[in-house]
Amino acid sequence: METGSTKTTPPPGSQDPAAEGGPKSAKRPGDRIFLGLSKGSGIVLLAIMAAIAVFLTWRAVIALGENEGNFLTTFEWSANSDPPVFGIAVLAFGTIVSSIIAMLLAVPVAVGIALFISHYAPRRLAGPLAYVIDLLAAVPSIVYGLWGALFLVPHLAGLYEWLDDYLGWTGIFEYGGGAPRSLFTVGILLAIMILPIVTNVSREVFKQAPKMHEEAALALGATRWEVIRMSVLPFGRSGVISAAMLGLGRALGETMAVATVLSPSFVIHASLLDPGGGTFAQNIAAAFKEAGDMGRNALIASGLVLFVITLVVNGAARLIIARRKEYSGANA
Amino acid sequence: MSNTVMDKPPVNSPLPPTTLKQPRLPRWAPVGIALVSVGLGVGLGLVAGWESRVQWGLIAALLYLLITYVLTTTIEGKRQAKDRFATSLVWTSFLVAIVPLASLIWETIARGSKVVDGYFLTHSMFGVPNMSEGGGIYHALIGTLQQVGIATLISAPIGLLTAIYLVEYGTGKLAKAVTFFVDVMTGIPSIVAGLFVLSFWIIILDFGYSGFAGAMALSILMMPIVVRSTEEMLKLVPNELREASYALGVPKWRTILKVVLPTAIGGITTGVMLAVARIAGETAPVMLLVFGSPSINTNPFEGEQSSLPYYIFEQWGAGNDPSYDRAWGAALVLIALVMILNLAARGIARWKAPKTGR
Repeated sequence: METGSTKTTPPPGSQDPAAEGGPKSAKRPGDRIFLGLSKGSGIVLLAIMAAIAVFLTWRAVIALGENEGNFLTTFEWSANSDPPVFGIAVLAFGTIVSSIIAMLLAVPVAVGIALFISHYAPRRLAGPLAYVIDLLAAVPSIVYGLWGALFLVPHLAGLYEWLDDYLGWTGIFEYGGGAPRSLFTVGILLAIMILPIVTNVSREVFKQAPKMHEEAALALGATRWEVIRMSVLPFGRSGVISAAMLGLGRALGETMAVATVLSPSFVIHASLLDPGGGTFAQNIAAAFKEAGDMGRNALIASGLVLFVITLVVNGAARLIIARRKEYSGANA
Repeated sequence: MSNTVMDKPPVNSPLPPTTLKQPRLPRWAPVGIALVSVGLGVGLGLVAGWESRVQWGLIAALLYLLITYVLTTTIEGKRQAKDRFATSLVWTSFLVAIVPLASLIWETIARGSKVVDGYFLTHSMFGVPNMSEGGGIYHALIGTLQQVGIATLISAPIGLLTAIYLVEYGTGKLAKAVTFFVDVMTGIPSIVAGLFVLSFWIIILDFGYSGFAGAMALSILMMPIVVRSTEEMLKLVPNELREASYALGVPKWRTILKVVLPTAIGGITTGVMLAVARIAGETAPVMLLVFGSPSINTNPFEGEQSSLPYYIFEQWGAGNDPSYDRAWGAALVLIALVMILNLAARGIARWKAPKTGR
């Protein structure tokens, strides 16, 4: 109980006698300066967040005022022409669809790997494996992008044909040939990219699952899978959800990996395998160099939308994590 | 319960007592099944003439799952079958995931090591046409080191002080707000940080593209990581140390500087280095703010620069064999850089782990 409470209660500083509110503490000039400095940096952080929101909104409002198209429904991005016409429909579609594909592919596999490391792998293998996955999470996204464009894309044509043969009738897996630079490829690459991070967070959670519950279940004669289903997964569920959301946040905002793999166009295909489409971040990267003043403002407007989406996703993930923390202390 | 047992007269007792041991598959069964299914997968692939090895592998994996399930259900029972099924599923997902990740590392090393040599590391792309061989990453290395260095100089002090505020002072609403927004800030896409600096530094304040502008965006990405890791480390410092210091009449700020920080310094260094490794690979802000240049520019405050990740993107975009080679070479150098930082950081963490008593 006690270790649990020290872990979750607010930091040690709150209990000491010379805390912020103490009458004596403020008198020492050194203390006052130090408090001012550290408090100041906290405020700087908040100010940066506020500034990001304000400046992006400011430029976005300018762009939206000039926009001749409908920002939400126009299938076009000619922000440099006069009058500017641009809309985020295609970008929003591409961003969300590719991220969903990435989540569907990555999360189950990541949970599998996390379980593998925490419960299945031979002990001697588990430590180094966790280490390697940790390192893989640090591989820069541009390297994934390079690999995706030069290695993955040429190797995907076979899979595409197979999908077309067997699932083509659904409409979303129709493939007309050509280089497979589609949203589906983007989804696969993003899945590979977020795999390490989702695995890491899930593994941390699985490792924290109360040992007592597991041992109790084993003592009752449960098989390993039953132990996991009854004591590890229920405990780790919210952790996995938040890990998935963190991965989703990454996938939504990923720029370079998408920009290298996708062949962009401002259309929405019914089939995921048809090349074309775009994402917010990819469009910014692709259109930036040719953008004039209005073009940049328009790109900033789309960036603002991306910002808001990732804020919502990350905020939700954090809330779920925070809720888990509250009762994990009691269990441990 | 006991009644029912007693009701039955021990008629059957002459029969041998039912064994407690359930029939089990032999220990080598999983390996055997794996071999059989791989054999079947390859055989099927050869017979049907499928070209894709991935397909062979997938079929073998499916066969493995199926055979295991059927065999165990018949021999060991349903619960065991589910258990084995889950085990094989977990193993398969692990193997499936390892393939692309291993291929990524392998491709980078194999293709990159052909290009990386002394010349590559010490020459810029100045005057080298995209189509021809030669050229190097010297200018990009300088750019990366300077931008990341400046970003670290900006964000390490702010991040450190913020963490100190959160752990040592913060209790009120401000601390809660900072904690929440640090969390939120961790998730800002790098391109959004880039757009922010673009909008206020380059569009509104009308400065030109420079390494410093990129460094500002990078520091926005770096700050929350530093805060988070430093916070964790400071929380690990045992309270007894602080109290002992206060008891000796040491002011709080000196306690923090002389007792708390030295205790946690290893972990803090690790956190900062991991954050550096993380931002060293960011491309998007560099593209928006530093703009890229083929020549050496050692002044980060004036004029366009390059950086390793941006160099990779540029060379990939050039789209011909020599430039692809250069991109792989730069990718290898970048990965090596990031990995060395990571390994060093973890080494420091292990070496200087806070001595918390037990």
